[in-house]
Amino acid sequence: MRMTVLRTGPLTVIKDAGRPGHAHQGVAPSGAVDRGAYERANALVGNAPGAAVLECTLGGLRVSFDEPAVVALTGTDAVLTVDGVAAGEVVTVPAGAVVAVTMPRRGLRSYLAVRGGIDVPPVLGSRSTDQLAGVGPARPAPGDILPVGPPRPVGPPPPVGPPPAPPARVATGPLEVDLGPRDDWFTAEAIATFLGAEYTVSPAGDSIGLRLDGPALTRARSAELPSEGVVRGSVQVPPDGLPIVFQADHPVTGGYPVIAVLTPESADRAAQLRPGATIRFTRAPD
Amino acid sequence: MTRFLRCGREAVLAEVDDLDAALALYASLRAARLPGVVDLVPAARTVLIRLDPAVTSLAAVRRAAAALRPGDADRAAGGTVEIPVLYDGPDLAEVADHLGISVDEVVARHTGARWTVAFSGFAPGFGYLTGDDPTLDVPRRTSPRTRIPAGSVGLAGRFSGVYPNDSPGGWQLIGSTTERMWDLSRPEPALLVPGVRVSFVVRR
Repeated sequence: MRMTVLRTGPLTVIKDAGRPGHAHQGVAPSGAVDRGAYERANALVGNAPGAAVLECTLGGLRVSFDEPAVVALTGTDAVLTVDGVAAGEVVTVPAGAVVAVTMPRRGLRSYLAVRGGIDVPPVLGSRSTDQLAGVGPARPAPGDILPVGPPRPVGPPPPVGPPPAPPARVATGPLEVDLGPRDDWFTAEAIATFLGAEYTVSPAGDSIGLRLDGPALTRARSAELPSEGVVRGSVQVPPDGLPIVFQADHPVTGGYPVIAVLTPESADRAAQLRPGATIRFTRAPD
Repeated sequence: MTRFLRCGREAVLAEVDDLDAALALYASLRAARLPGVVDLVPAARTVLIRLDPAVTSLAAVRRAAAALRPGDADRAAGGTVEIPVLYDGPDLAEVADHLGISVDEVVARHTGARWTVAFSGFAPGFGYLTGDDPTLDVPRRTSPRTRIPAGSVGLAGRFSGVYPNDSPGGWQLIGSTTERMWDLSRPEPALLVPGVRVSFVVRR
């Protein structure tokens, strides 16, 4: 089966579970920015974990298939439409129908999965586009034809749980963090500020990192930190004191101290934050 | 002595005293192939250990890593790479001036040093090389270049490196090579991975 890309909206990329095992070569894991929504989309169409999907930022995506296809949309409250008619979260679409993702009112990144998965050639074992490293499949463009793999030879798709809490809560509920590895590089006041103050998501954010505006965090040490490995969800604090939350396409290493790391669930929620959203951080229960 | 720092729910940051200890820890972790460890990120004084929480736990990885003895793995197992360099870089004269030696002496020291890939970063295939000649120590350029051609050989601090792709950068450029640092048609695209020993030779 083949998928034809008709429109991509502001940004659509191919993503999967990521590219672990290549950090020593300078390549980060990348993968879907909102992992939970990505996994749910695959589960809804009965794909094996790790199948590739389309990650669509702010809607505007339109595709069609040359055969009947089972598709699912997760991640935001964007609506999946088939020839202009709103469909459910998962739907079977006829050959040639226009499958569209509307602009979400809540959330940022929608995941469009198709049964069989997008079957472009993997690069270093993954079909994720890493926008920082420039590794992985090219960004789909209108007119592109993408191969869809064969469906998994099993019975009906496994049942999936209820949808995750609506992303709207992200804007007000605190993001959970574990302090460290470099919380000791900050003053006690800075830690208290970090865990108490409100931060606003700056427009200058992408799948590499979210920049935050708010009270600056003061360091207890002025030394330069030798670069060290960072992970998805690392909250790095550059010299201006304003935190940056690393997302899936983060660099392999960072040169500024990481005050805390988001839990995987909170990193998923951060993936759905729009510019202007206000957030707080809180310590995750152990 | 290895210190283990918390790094969220899916990684541990192992911190040691210096670069040599970090390289040794990285080599023994790589050789140990601990179950559930999905990525290792060696750096100047640390090794980040990423794990799959479905397979292992932070505590299990910390315990297993603490039990490793440096020297469990052969650090030279990474092999040796020879990189032919045309010493024609735009900053060669400035580097010579800064060090108070001749251009020929810069070339002699760069080719005479034994280099080791300490860690990767900045871009896929970019290896930070540390050498055994402490006199080769130059500051970065005060103003980075917006475009440095792939294959440019540079110096910054006590590191040397080769740009794998055209990119911006602030290193002092002393030469160029036609060797490909990053080639996706190779099973391991990066030529320079941590532990590999490198020697530069003059290409005429």
